[in-house]
Amino acid sequence: MKRRLHLGTAAWIILALIILWPVTNWGLIHAVWHADLPACREARGLGACWGVIAEKHRMLLFGRYPFDEQWRACLATLLIVTMLLMGCWRRLWNRFGVASAAVMLAAAVCLMAGGVAGLSPVPTKEWGGLPLTLLISLGGTLLAFPFAILLALGRRSALPLLRSLCTIYIELVRGVPLISLLFLAAFLFPMLLPPSVHIDILPRVILTIAGFGAAYLAEVIRAGLQAIPASQAEAARALGMREWQLNVYIILPQALRTALPALVNNFVGIFKDTSLISIVSLHELTGALAISLGGDADWRSFYLEGYLFVASVYWVFCFGISRFARSMEKRLQGSRQASSDPQR
Amino acid sequence: MISTSLRRLLPLALALGALTSPAAHAGKTIDAIKQRGSVQCGVSSGVAGFSLPDSQGHWSGLDVDVCRAIAAAVLGDANKVAFVPLNSQQRFSALQSGEVDLLARNTSWTLTRDASLGLSFTGVTYYDGQGFLVPKKLKVTSAKQLKNAEICVQSGTTNEKNLADYFRNLNIKVKPVVFEGFEASFKAFFAGRCQAYTTDISGLAGIRNKEAPKPDDYVILPEVISKEPLSPAVRRGDDEWFAIVRWVPFALIEAEEYGITRANVDSLRASSKDPGIQRLLGTGEDSGKLLGLDRDWAYRAIKAGGNYGEIFSRNVGPDSVLKLPRGLNNLWNKGGILYAPPIR
Amino acid sequence: MDSPHAPAGAKLRKALRQWIPQILLLAAALGLLWWLGHNVLENMRARGIQAGFGFLKEPAGFEIGESLLDYTPSQAIWRAFLVGLLNTIRVALPAIVLATILGTLIGLGRLSQQSGLRAACGVLVESLRNIPLLLQLLLCYFVLTSLLPEASTAWHPLPGVMLSQSGLFLPAWRCEGACHWELPRLEGFGIEGGFALTPEYLAVLITLTLYAAVFIAEIVRGGIQSVSIGKINAARALGMKPTQILRYIVLPLALRAIVPALTNQYLNLTKNSSLAVAVGYPDIVSVANTSLNQSGRAFECIVIVMLIYLCLSLLTALLMNLYNTRVALKGSQ
Repeated sequence: MKRRLHLGTAAWIILALIILWPVTNWGLIHAVWHADLPACREARGLGACWGVIAEKHRMLLFGRYPFDEQWRACLATLLIVTMLLMGCWRRLWNRFGVASAAVMLAAAVCLMAGGVAGLSPVPTKEWGGLPLTLLISLGGTLLAFPFAILLALGRRSALPLLRSLCTIYIELVRGVPLISLLFLAAFLFPMLLPPSVHIDILPRVILTIAGFGAAYLAEVIRAGLQAIPASQAEAARALGMREWQLNVYIILPQALRTALPALVNNFVGIFKDTSLISIVSLHELTGALAISLGGDADWRSFYLEGYLFVASVYWVFCFGISRFARSMEKRLQGSRQASSDPQR
Repeated sequence: MISTSLRRLLPLALALGALTSPAAHAGKTIDAIKQRGSVQCGVSSGVAGFSLPDSQGHWSGLDVDVCRAIAAAVLGDANKVAFVPLNSQQRFSALQSGEVDLLARNTSWTLTRDASLGLSFTGVTYYDGQGFLVPKKLKVTSAKQLKNAEICVQSGTTNEKNLADYFRNLNIKVKPVVFEGFEASFKAFFAGRCQAYTTDISGLAGIRNKEAPKPDDYVILPEVISKEPLSPAVRRGDDEWFAIVRWVPFALIEAEEYGITRANVDSLRASSKDPGIQRLLGTGEDSGKLLGLDRDWAYRAIKAGGNYGEIFSRNVGPDSVLKLPRGLNNLWNKGGILYAPPIR
Repeated sequence: MDSPHAPAGAKLRKALRQWIPQILLLAAALGLLWWLGHNVLENMRARGIQAGFGFLKEPAGFEIGESLLDYTPSQAIWRAFLVGLLNTIRVALPAIVLATILGTLIGLGRLSQQSGLRAACGVLVESLRNIPLLLQLLLCYFVLTSLLPEASTAWHPLPGVMLSQSGLFLPAWRCEGACHWELPRLEGFGIEGGFALTPEYLAVLITLTLYAAVFIAEIVRGGIQSVSIGKINAARALGMKPTQILRYIVLPLALRAIVPALTNQYLNLTKNSSLAVAVGYPDIVSVANTSLNQSGRAFECIVIVMLIYLCLSLLTALLMNLYNTRVALKGSQ
């Protein structure tokens, strides 16, 4: 039995080598690493041309953000990434952590937008690349969160009209693809407002992502709410708590705690969904790839390398965040088991 | 009641995004432009010869120069233009909703568009026609040989409809492969997905000379299957703004007829005794007053980018990569059909 | 306070307290809708934009690359929409079937005793589900159209099968008088005859299948892991064979956990098929987009697309709920 297992593993290793060898050959051994167009053309078909990333990395990462000001986009990205890393560190889950995260996010937005502290203003249509992806997904999640809590509470409310309104919203939004909502935001939103009001495309897209994400988040939170035993609500009522006090102090904190991993995974979903906004012509990471390689006949032949680079950027973020969610899930399970352990 | 309270809430929502600009679009476009200090000009996101940003985000092209001339005439500064790249789906909604003040986005003037989309075309700035680009190695010399060929075309263009009409008339079956974006469509063509590519001839020349791996491997077929008069467009119902956008290009054509160039416009203004030139350059009667502009409007427009002939040769003519002949786009007295009504 | 003997006044007060906020809320929601609708109509009127669904009867005027129905540009726009809808179903349905099969295999692979297989499946799942679907779709389409040979030099991996930038061509069973296998052949510019799958269709099918499969794999794995080891041990003690255990113990129990989550994945897959527009596959969104451009009826076209997806979603949910009740009943027997 054991021997067969070893044989099987050996077979798998051989199979993996057969697959991995040409990939390594193409991606590492015969690859061209510097922005050398003739060398890249030479190596075509044999090796990857990572030089295309070397040549275009600034446009790939920052889109059409003004070239001389790209240090600002870079700094903003670093701020947001630091903020995300801080979020993974549980010791910072306190008032100080939240306040500094808010300051960092505001600083990132100010850096991107300019117009303060002597920075030249940069209109949102010139924003692009990674900072745009991060800002849209973060902005979308942050706005979606309170809305989702209200929707989830509303869907469980005893008031029938409120309940059905929330249910209709959630099911309607979950029933249509994001892309149709984005088309709505990009093409029709201005028609929905009086002619005197004009909202920039970026907040429109963030609002759409938030409204879309909220419907999914609400279901996650609702699952968390359902996990709370009814006895707790009854006990709180017996203590004379009002309905809102009951929700704010008893139910929600526990529900959000159980729903936390799912909420983080939902952020990963939103992060991936932001790639769709390239279809309504905002040049976030996916869109930045199209403008940086699409407009250049010389380097366009190396699109594959560009795709792989952008895919790896997405992967690093999504994998990292979902790993964090998983570790949190394990910890939560552990603590729940511990607290329900009668021996303690 | 609800609408007023919402209206009160809206600025709050706008301030939240810190990215918004409540711009007035009700009332006169020209007032909004003067208040804002820039012309919002909707252009294509990258068509060589018409509007193309370089890697520093500096735009060039025929449509771009028309916008600059209009900005120079209205605001006195050719650089006070904000170029808003629009894809073919967005363009009309963006104009309708007031996101842009004018559309100079190589857009064909057709009855349907003129009559049913709430916009008005101001006058042709480029006479184009639809053609086909094929790889030389297929040894095709006429569009009639394209039986059963796959033809790449961009969706949302008049090209798509003309393609269907043309081959239906000839009773030849072809397979259109439709792409959302201009870039995606020619990328697929050069990758070999289709045997032919169709768009306006200026576009074909652009992608052949600028985007093809080797321009000499491709040939434009002799058939011109449609009339594509490319014209700027404005929202319907604002006659003053319509008149300005109509007459600035006329002034540029008129300037070419009088031999006024960017180089000699100053000396002609100082010394010319020709009453036509004097009227155009504001030293004779005040032609600007009738348009709600000052008397130097045409002078500034010409000074910004030269007369129509200069703009043509710089962007699409002999001095550009497109190397298109003047053809129909020559003055009426030089074998073309450009005919500006007299400025008097 | 809520005792049944409370005076009538208190009851009324309570009813009022319950209903007044709700009615206000409803009024606010309806008011908002009315306000938005009013703005749309007002904006359209002010700019002279024509509105209404009458345009659906006008001739479409554009070609559609692939269609299950007979379609010519002179037919009405609603028929073009129908062609688009069928194209959506044509790609979503096979993708659902394939993703379920593939996902189950990967999910079982992740539970395999062979560490190599387990690792391979793990790498596949972690790499695919952390990259946006749109990017995968564009990448797949790029690979299919750029790295495959041109039609004139198509690959023949099997006799009668041709693979090139023009797509995958398979032999087709044709019956005109006598039935025969029609093989694809080189003719004119491309490949004629046989059963053709365009690269656009293939790209959408492959990416939708793979992307949904890795999520389904996790669901299957979770479902099977949720079956307690005690039940399996008990079955073993009764002398059941592994296949019997899988068939009669694990699957019925696991399905109860799997089916609701699977429904969500099917819904997601159907909605994700809307990304087909990015590679030019003429699905419903793509057709709506084209009609939007040709007719200028942006509002109407987007509303139609949303309604169609809502119907598709409701239909999928309904079918899966029917299946779920069956599975759930079986499990409790």
